[in-house]
Amino acid sequence: MSGRESDRIVVRVRNLERRFTVKGVLQGVDLDIRKGEFVALLGRSGSGKSTLLRALADLDHEAIGSGKIHVPEKLSVVFQDARLLPWKRLIDNVIFGLDRPNARELASRALADVGLAGRERSWPYELSGGEQQRVALARSLVREPELLLADEPFGALDALTRIKMHELVKRLVAVHNPAVLLVTHDVDEAIVLADRVIVLDQGVIVADIATLLPEDPRLRIQRSSELRRLLLGHLGVETDEVAEAL
Amino acid sequence: MNAQPVAIFRPDFPAHRAPLKASASKGYPTAGISDLELLKRGTHRLGLGESRSYGWLLGPLLLIIYWSIGSATGFIDSRILPAPWVAVTTGAELIEEGRLQSNLAISALRAGQGLFFGVLAGVSVALLSGLSLVGGYIFDSLIQIKRAVPSLALIPFFILWFGIGEFMKVTVITLGVFIPIYIHTHNALRGIDIKYVELAETVRISYWQFIRHIVLPGALPGFLLGLRFGAMGAWVGLVVVEQFNTTNGIGYMINLARNYAQSDVMLVGLVLYAVLGLASDRFIRFLETRTLVWRRTLAK
Repeated sequence: MSGRESDRIVVRVRNLERRFTVKGVLQGVDLDIRKGEFVALLGRSGSGKSTLLRALADLDHEAIGSGKIHVPEKLSVVFQDARLLPWKRLIDNVIFGLDRPNARELASRALADVGLAGRERSWPYELSGGEQQRVALARSLVREPELLLADEPFGALDALTRIKMHELVKRLVAVHNPAVLLVTHDVDEAIVLADRVIVLDQGVIVADIATLLPEDPRLRIQRSSELRRLLLGHLGVETDEVAEAL
Repeated sequence: MNAQPVAIFRPDFPAHRAPLKASASKGYPTAGISDLELLKRGTHRLGLGESRSYGWLLGPLLLIIYWSIGSATGFIDSRILPAPWVAVTTGAELIEEGRLQSNLAISALRAGQGLFFGVLAGVSVALLSGLSLVGGYIFDSLIQIKRAVPSLALIPFFILWFGIGEFMKVTVITLGVFIPIYIHTHNALRGIDIKYVELAETVRISYWQFIRHIVLPGALPGFLLGLRFGAMGAWVGLVVVEQFNTTNGIGYMINLARNYAQSDVMLVGLVLYAVLGLASDRFIRFLETRTLVWRRTLAK
């Protein structure tokens, strides 16, 4: 892939405003995401981060607003809940809406990729929360999306499962190489996963930081903690507390 | 998942109250486990436990026992209610004469036709009314009006409109089936979780695929409940429509017996209704367990 191709903008948002009745939720948001770029969107509750994601996913029918949104045709969404159809077996959940001649074969491979090989015929209720979320990931990636939108996909998982999911997501994103917009309130998750972290506060982007973690483990830890302090500062958490915590 | 069977330590429930030492001698790893903890094993504390295949026969069986003992001891006067064996012997006579089979066949045909058209109409109108606002505005209130008007009061008009032949009879049964199918299917359709609709939007499926993969399976539990009401309604409707211009059917048989005060024949008719109703209900519930395997419920 040429350097110019990787600079191609896949998402372009200009002056996006969204309101629900009176309270302003997004106030003039501009955002570009390049091809294959992993962007984490941080923000406190009510900062408008989910609203932005839902606007990109074209799921905000109830909102009033203005602005321009350009997103790729091939787009997948991972929700906070796995949102598997309870009446479909795993394989049928993965191929749900997938219009390809070899869909079942692709879906089997996608299930194997998320560590659920041989579970094609299981029902969703037979799975743990983490396993269900892995199926949701397989369902999203089997479509080879150009843009993956993820709305706090690990928010309902326990800490250990979440760490495993981070590794899995890193590996899968490296293979499929979609642009990713990950909505999260977990600063560490953002630093570990993303190339770039955006902080949204009261409907405005207040920070846009490239993470660029160095290879050297010691420098890496140093850079991580710097970023952590910086991002938490933008989220209104006192840096002294963070220093103590570290 | 094709897991290998594994040995699970699961004491009988309720756990036997034998002292811990005794159970330890059987090889159970009970050291340090109190009796109370043992009691909790084997089932959900608030669940129903394992169901039994023919458990549903228990209630009818108790009724028959009560009825038999009451009739045998004279506690139940045979002028008020004939004994259960009277129903059996009279039923056998009616079968010998061929009356029971022929009446049952014609009634089953009427009920079957009514059920078929009622289900077809109920599901179709529920889809029209449930999936479109305009459809709902048009149909839903009309159906509530139909519910409010007693069928018995409508029959004279039906006779005026449709005559007194088979068409009128099947129409009355069809309407009796249509209503519950519509109500329950419509209710289930409108109750489908918006989350699944959002998912369907993000994977960009067509409207027909949406109906096939989300709406129909999502509304299936409601439809099946409606079907239980509908099937019962079809049998019950017979006794109403077979009062009019007919010389066959089990409803006719009962009406005739009433005119001649043949309480034993009436009883055979009632028992027949009971058996048919219970059997069709069990059949639909069997379909439920087969089609709704993906559900985890209290009764599982």
